[in-house]
Amino acid sequence: MPRVRYIEPDGREVALELAPGQSLMRGAMDAGLSGLEAQCGGNCACATCHCYVQAGWLDKLKPPSDDERLMLGNVAAELRPNSRLSCQLIVEDALDGLTVQFPDRQS
Amino acid sequence: MDSQAPIIIVGAGQAGMQIAESLRQEGFGGALILCGEEPHPPYQRPPLSKKWLIDAGAVGALTLRGPAALERLKITMKLGTRVRAIDRSRREVELADGARVPYGKLAIATGSLPRTLPVPGASLPGVLALRGIADSLAIGAAIRRCAAEGRRVVIVGGGFIGLEVAAGARKLGAEVTVLEGLPRLMSRVTAPVVSEAFARLHRGHGVQLMFGAQVAEIVGHEGRIAAVRTVDGQEYRCGCVVVGIGVEPDDLLARSAGLLCERGIVVDDCSRTSDPLIVAAGDCTARRMGDGELVRLESVQNAIEQGKSAAAALMGRTRQFINTPWFWSDQYDVKLQMVGLSRGYDQVVTRGDLAKPAFSAFYFRAGRLLAVDSLNRISDHMQSKRLLDHGLSPTPAQAADLQFELPSLLKGSREATADEA
Repeated sequence: MPRVRYIEPDGREVALELAPGQSLMRGAMDAGLSGLEAQCGGNCACATCHCYVQAGWLDKLKPPSDDERLMLGNVAAELRPNSRLSCQLIVEDALDGLTVQFPDRQS
Repeated sequence: MDSQAPIIIVGAGQAGMQIAESLRQEGFGGALILCGEEPHPPYQRPPLSKKWLIDAGAVGALTLRGPAALERLKITMKLGTRVRAIDRSRREVELADGARVPYGKLAIATGSLPRTLPVPGASLPGVLALRGIADSLAIGAAIRRCAAEGRRVVIVGGGFIGLEVAAGARKLGAEVTVLEGLPRLMSRVTAPVVSEAFARLHRGHGVQLMFGAQVAEIVGHEGRIAAVRTVDGQEYRCGCVVVGIGVEPDDLLARSAGLLCERGIVVDDCSRTSDPLIVAAGDCTARRMGDGELVRLESVQNAIEQGKSAAAALMGRTRQFINTPWFWSDQYDVKLQMVGLSRGYDQVVTRGDLAKPAFSAFYFRAGRLLAVDSLNRISDHMQSKRLLDHGLSPTPAQAADLQFELPSLLKGSREATADEA
């Protein structure tokens, strides 16, 4: 299974093996990571699962939908060019090694 | 605090889970017991009337935290366990099997219960309401059966739950009638212009909407539902009835224990109840606002925010819930996002295209922004949320003007600028 590395706001790294098809948000919630809230549970309605995608991976991801792009426009932490919502990032084999970092706050 | 006695959390929903997790984050190292009536570990409820209803998957897809995470948090999970009573003088809770468990401090997060229809026939099999996973599965199965047999689904109540279930039932191929007692949809929380947009949406998807329709009786035939009869004598033949007429806070335990309750467990901004050893969070509470009014919010955000405050209070710290409330709903291809509380509004202006629909309704009182409902206007929602968080307000004319950039108001605000830094 593809491995995804998460970096928590305090810098701690967690690597998880995730089944293809599930979202990065789902994997992080299951594992009890603290850097996200995911208040709407993956409906792209709250922007509280914001993450920064590590250099080199951004162009390997499917581009954000219009909804995600609009939600990202007003995330609580700093918006960066590599900002994404982790509920919209779906695990696939080609993403083995993907690394994302959670910001210091989500709401 | 007695270091021997655990903190007990009654209720294993979104709020209960948040309290447990925040307690660990706040550094609580003592014993922690989470009691839930359902057999499931803490899970998300919003999908139960949305995606899950039409496409129920594994329960694991709904759970808030996985088993390994719960283990790491060192929470003693007592699932399938009803708490029967709270004995405040002895600082014990009594479980349904009679066992008594001492607590050092206590958190109540018992949620809410669907209101029931006070009419004959309301207890017939096939009259359904939504609270938990089992209810969602039962409603989904009943709708599918109706669709297969060509029988109609009658939904009583044109609020969020009723309308989300109506949208789901149409997707599953059933004929749907919504009976709403008042003259418009979601009248308790939205302006007429929003109600009308949703009425057009549902009618456009083939839902029959009946207003001023008070249910008199659910008519059974040989133990099964045959029809719903309204007070004006109309009969709506159907195969199942879904009742979505709002919820009541589940404050029975707290009331029986003598805690101050007023249609919900009364808490302050920091989730503290009238007993210094007891906090409460989520749907079961009524929060005393600055102006003295009691506000009851039924939302995930409220459960999370009050849960964080409750955990802080248990640790002897104050963490006020000051964020602007927000809610959302999905119906067909319309994403409804609401921010702020519109109670007491005296003016509504709209921004965007009403017909599409892709617009927002801005609620004002005396020219100041109170709340915004956005239909497929994600930017309006997110931008308004920030304005409300910072106590900023566009003028009604600015809000209505699509050329006016709402975020431009943030630039002039020192508070907002400091926030960005």
